[in-house]
Amino acid sequence: MSEFLIEMKGISKQFPGVKALKNVDLRIAKGEIVCLLGENGAGKSTLMKILTGVYKPDEGSLFYNGKPLTLNSPRDAYEQGINIIFQEFNLCPNLSAMENLFMGNENRTKYGFFSYKETRKKAKDFFSRLKIDIATDIPVAKLGVAQQQMIEIAKALSYDTRVLIMDEPTSALAIKEIENLFLIMKELKKKGISIIFISHKLEEVLEITDRIVILRDGENCGDVMTSATSRKQLVSLMVGRELHNFYTKRKTKPSNETVFEVRGMSGPPHIKNVSFHVKKGEILGLAGLVGAGRTELANLLIGAEKKTEGTVFLQGKEIRINCPRDSVAARIAYLPEDRKNLGLVLPMGVRENTTLSIHNKILGLFRSISPSKENTVTDKYISDLRIKVSSREQVVNTLSGGNQQKVVISKSLALKPLLLILDEPTRGIDVGAKAEVHNIISALADEGMSIIVISSELPEIFHLADRILVMHEGRITADLPIEKADQESVMYAAIGEV
Amino acid sequence: MADLIEIEEKPIQSKTTRSNIFYHLIKKKESAIFLALLGIMVIITLIAPQFATIGNIYRVTRQISFVAIAALGVFTVILTSGIDLSVGSLIGLSGITCGVAMAWGLGPIPAVLIGMGTGFGVGLINGFLVSYVGITPFIVTLGMLSMARGTIWIITKGWPIENIDKRILVIGQGDFLGIPLPVIIMIVVSIIMHYFLRSTVFGRRVYAIGGNEEATRLSGINVKKIKCLVYGISGLLASITGIILVARFNSAQTSSGEGWELDAIAAAVIGGTSLMGGAGSVVGVLIGAAIMGVIRNGLVLMRVSAYWQTAIMGFIIILAAVIDRIKNRQVS
Repeated sequence: MSEFLIEMKGISKQFPGVKALKNVDLRIAKGEIVCLLGENGAGKSTLMKILTGVYKPDEGSLFYNGKPLTLNSPRDAYEQGINIIFQEFNLCPNLSAMENLFMGNENRTKYGFFSYKETRKKAKDFFSRLKIDIATDIPVAKLGVAQQQMIEIAKALSYDTRVLIMDEPTSALAIKEIENLFLIMKELKKKGISIIFISHKLEEVLEITDRIVILRDGENCGDVMTSATSRKQLVSLMVGRELHNFYTKRKTKPSNETVFEVRGMSGPPHIKNVSFHVKKGEILGLAGLVGAGRTELANLLIGAEKKTEGTVFLQGKEIRINCPRDSVAARIAYLPEDRKNLGLVLPMGVRENTTLSIHNKILGLFRSISPSKENTVTDKYISDLRIKVSSREQVVNTLSGGNQQKVVISKSLALKPLLLILDEPTRGIDVGAKAEVHNIISALADEGMSIIVISSELPEIFHLADRILVMHEGRITADLPIEKADQESVMYAAIGEV
Repeated sequence: MADLIEIEEKPIQSKTTRSNIFYHLIKKKESAIFLALLGIMVIITLIAPQFATIGNIYRVTRQISFVAIAALGVFTVILTSGIDLSVGSLIGLSGITCGVAMAWGLGPIPAVLIGMGTGFGVGLINGFLVSYVGITPFIVTLGMLSMARGTIWIITKGWPIENIDKRILVIGQGDFLGIPLPVIIMIVVSIIMHYFLRSTVFGRRVYAIGGNEEATRLSGINVKKIKCLVYGISGLLASITGIILVARFNSAQTSSGEGWELDAIAAAVIGGTSLMGGAGSVVGVLIGAAIMGVIRNGLVLMRVSAYWQTAIMGFIIILAAVIDRIKNRQVS
């Protein structure tokens, strides 16, 4: 009999171009609440995907009660009693609470029909044991986020769950609901269920967990008892890396001329009173944790979502942006985070994608597209950005991630933008392409372009930015010139503790 | 063997689209369905030799042209991943308004413009409801199918309009160099549509919307306007078919175009148009319409019972969709 219920030993996982996990260990005892802490991209989700059978580790092994454990599919993990509750719930909003609770595990009458009576009885029983106050027959759509989460927890426990993984369970909850969640977690702990709690909110982590395991850049870099640590120690363990090598200074300094300014912008889902400006030739880094509202802010800036308040100035003149068409007309280019779904028309070629925003500048006879003008533009960006393609007609779906990203950058640059907004410009591309994209961004700023870079990777922000804005829950919590910023100050602002 | 394959493939990769018409045709996926069309024609000729007579070919191509023109409209809608079920009724309705205009004594040219205006206008109503009100295309055009057909009955009380200006008949009955005029109209419409979809900004945006609507919107393109207009185009092309049918039969029939939405959509799908949007070509649609028309004609010549014909046509549509699905699965 081992001291630990679950042991992960020496786990390594490689993705094309990225080493996601390097020799990581994780142990959880029975009835223990362990926090997995780390920046975005530290490897938490990859590790959890290995524990739930979604990925197979390249190296390392898993043990369950001291015995080796092989997980070939999420189903295997289920059967071993390992269950995860994602940030995004997997519920059918049109069905009732009890129907969701026993989804895939339905109670049948002896004739094989769905048994409402039996389901209702079992659901009531379940909810009362967990001290959850939800009517069994209410459609999930009518429930709040907290109650939906309770159903998710109940659903996980309706299987014989021994280990429950909760991915940022508190991110959408109000304070009272969080307290209630913690009560339930303590209840589960008493019953001997182990919990892996993933959260960025240090306060909560310090309150509820027994032990904290810190990951950084895919490696273990701390395993501390909660009672013996402090917020300060956790922050320094999370960021801890030496930063000096990341400063490669730009050739030019931004000028004093303000190109773009936002005053008091608010809008859905939770952006509140955001004001900032970008100067000519400046790279503004926009940092924050997942859910801080950076992409949402970008959507308001380009009019993909309608703002409720706020004014926008471009080169000193107020402009109105109500839809992406307006922002393109104002020469504000946006490179979306989700390149495949928002950036590219995948079944089309490099040529068609490059010129998607500039049809009016490559016109021939009768509003036709002039092939020669279009080819010239496309070829220019293929050679400027060194995009590796067999021809300009190559369908972008068949390109590598890095080259796809360069095509989206081409599309943005073809607009000759006054302001370029880059949302996670290097996500999911390999290290070489990443460096190239960084060089392109620096070179553009050197030429006088104003750029906003949204990134979840702090080193990237520090590498590129002249100034750093930090967001937390839809607000800007810090505006730091690069000289005055360090990872700790950014991290404090990102978790809302300024 | 390996050498052969390489020799075949190299020119295909290196040539750009315009430079070599021969390879352009060979590599196109339309070539497969074109071969299927030839195969079907050979089989029909073997069973019913009267298929390959000048007289029959003349009639078949004319019949094909009616469906093909309307099919090109539905095809444009399908490219944006929409659907237009109302084309059959719009064929009928625009024929009726054209006929009514002539019965009032308006000349053929105003009458044709009124017919085309009807199709375009009602199509735009479809487009407005889909694009700006945000109702799914299926429901909008299904409702319009019924509304337009109902309007025909309201206008005509069920009676065909017979007093047609004789000067219009040439559109449906005449020929030029032995080719029926409807076929020439089909060819002209096809060339215009091909140019329109392949070379203009509008056409590029139609394909882009079908490929990825959200990315297209974020690229600063007025997606709603384009989605609205494609339904207008579909209605307009349906009205051309409607007017030709009036000229062909020397009367505006109330049942004209009934059920033709099936043939039009089938022509597009058989011709390789993806119902997901963003893929398909004018040439493919023409071949698709030809396959439908040839099989219909073949079944008649082979004396297959009319009861069977409808079922067989339905089967062919599903078969085409299944083949398309299998092909796509192999690609991905």
